[in-house]
Amino acid sequence: MEEKYEKVTSTIERRKERLDRGIKVRTEGIYAISSLEEVAYLLLPRLILITGLLLLPALIPSLYWKRVISITCIYALLALGFDFLANFVGLVSLGGAFYIGVGGYMAAILNKYVGLSPILTIPLATFSGAIICTLLLLPALPLRGVYFAIVTLMYPLAIARIIEALNILGGTDGILGVAGFPSRWIEQYIIILIIIFALFGLRRLVNEDIGLVFRGVKDNDQAVRASGLSITLYKSIAVFIASGLGSLGGAYLSHIYMWSGISQFALDFSIIPIAATVIGGGGTLVGPLLGCFILVPISEFLRAFGTLRIVFYSLILLAFIMFRSEGVMVYAQRKYHQFERWVKV
Amino acid sequence: MKEEPILQVLHASKSFGGVQALVDVCFEVKEGEVFGIIGPNGSGKTTLINCITGFVKMDSGEVFYRGKEITNRPPNYIANLGITRTFQIMRPYYSLPAYKNLIIPLFSPRARRKGGWRGGGKLGDRATVSIDILEEIGFERDSFVPYKLASSLPTGYLKRLELARCLALKPDIILCDEVFSGLSMSEIASMVPFIEKLQMDGITLVMIEHRLRELFRVANRVMVMNFGAKLTEGIPEEVMEDERVKEAYLGSEKLLDYTFEA
Repeated sequence: MEEKYEKVTSTIERRKERLDRGIKVRTEGIYAISSLEEVAYLLLPRLILITGLLLLPALIPSLYWKRVISITCIYALLALGFDFLANFVGLVSLGGAFYIGVGGYMAAILNKYVGLSPILTIPLATFSGAIICTLLLLPALPLRGVYFAIVTLMYPLAIARIIEALNILGGTDGILGVAGFPSRWIEQYIIILIIIFALFGLRRLVNEDIGLVFRGVKDNDQAVRASGLSITLYKSIAVFIASGLGSLGGAYLSHIYMWSGISQFALDFSIIPIAATVIGGGGTLVGPLLGCFILVPISEFLRAFGTLRIVFYSLILLAFIMFRSEGVMVYAQRKYHQFERWVKV
Repeated sequence: MKEEPILQVLHASKSFGGVQALVDVCFEVKEGEVFGIIGPNGSGKTTLINCITGFVKMDSGEVFYRGKEITNRPPNYIANLGITRTFQIMRPYYSLPAYKNLIIPLFSPRARRKGGWRGGGKLGDRATVSIDILEEIGFERDSFVPYKLASSLPTGYLKRLELARCLALKPDIILCDEVFSGLSMSEIASMVPFIEKLQMDGITLVMIEHRLRELFRVANRVMVMNFGAKLTEGIPEEVMEDERVKEAYLGSEKLLDYTFEA
């Protein structure tokens, strides 16, 4: 039941031995639970995360920082989508800004010109945004790696310039007068509940049978085709899920700021989720979410330094990459799930 | 063995740049037989399988499956008809445990049609079905082997996993691209009965093979290829008497003796 991971360190006489805690049986995802302690062992990290997120708005009094929480949650949605696409489907997407922009404009149009309330515009913008993004990315789906990334990066830049040049959808001013949320509490708690559901939903999804197909596409797409499954179909389902998460964030953003404009196609929305995934640990899903809760507030703190902000920001990113390149959550999960001890050789 | 062809390839041609990989290859495979394809390295055997299964588009020629044209259809469409293949260079999902490797083919439309929407099996989920298939093909059920990551499995098991992926699709035809290569003598010896069992189950097999002795033990007919073209076909003993085959493929009389030891 115990798997040994041996690592030879610089000293020849001793080595670090890692032992899995005995709760896992045979493989990932099969547990043998025999006591309340073991139930607690599994539930505790999840409960800490959920209660932590739920308490956050109550613990932070200032209005400015409450807004930061909402924005962080929107970045977290993007980071979840990025991690899902990159580490479970094998599509490196720089399309965060694209998804946010399309979702944001859709919500603004539906609210301003069609006259729907935010209860309807947010889900409608999520679905229509996801459909638009998936259809536009469909020709790029056979591409892999950096080539797919370039196409996803091209869309937000192109659309922003098109809106600017043709002066449609409010042009450079954007669409003003979008309905806001009735209160700050509602604004924050809805988005926090959304990211909790998105996180646990995606974690569930990647371990379901269809999730295994996604992971198969990443590992070996030719074998998936030989298994009688269309890789284009499954890639487009995955892009639909990720762009849906992004469009949801975009629609939310429009209603928070009561405005939608071409700055929603800004590259921040593409880059910060990637940085958050690197810091938090790719392939864990929870890591990128926590990465956003580290990065976005730091970026706000550093506003006091003016233009030097970027320098400090880069240094912090550099430190994470140098000293914890695997990501915070990968490190934390290893410490939590394995015993470590030094043994003599 | 029924007489009508289950798979028919007519005038298949393919060139990669200036290299003619296939030159006007025609052959038929009858339902239930084991059809061997042999030939020296680079004679176009793997390209032929790639063309039949849609991984490579043919320049010209036609492929028929039970009289239905399937020329240049996408690989997943062809696999769903029941024409499955193994890869010469194994293509498992390295980051998944062996039994989860099989959940992916079990998720295909064909496997769902044949086994119910959850995959069938005693407990009604795909994991139990995949463990059953793995046991059938030689993974010990109660050991850790089916639960190991595919990246940590040795070659022999990976070859079996390739075949298991085909079996998960409940195939009519399996195109085996060198299932014996890279295996030790004892591993091959344990694979041969399995191939025989597949034939008993009514699955048609097309086998590309360099291990002639083992191939001739199971094959009903063989086709010999050289430089992308078909030299001859027939029952193994006759084919090996052909002068052109001796010259092109075997080269010397000595190898012939070796071939018919078994």
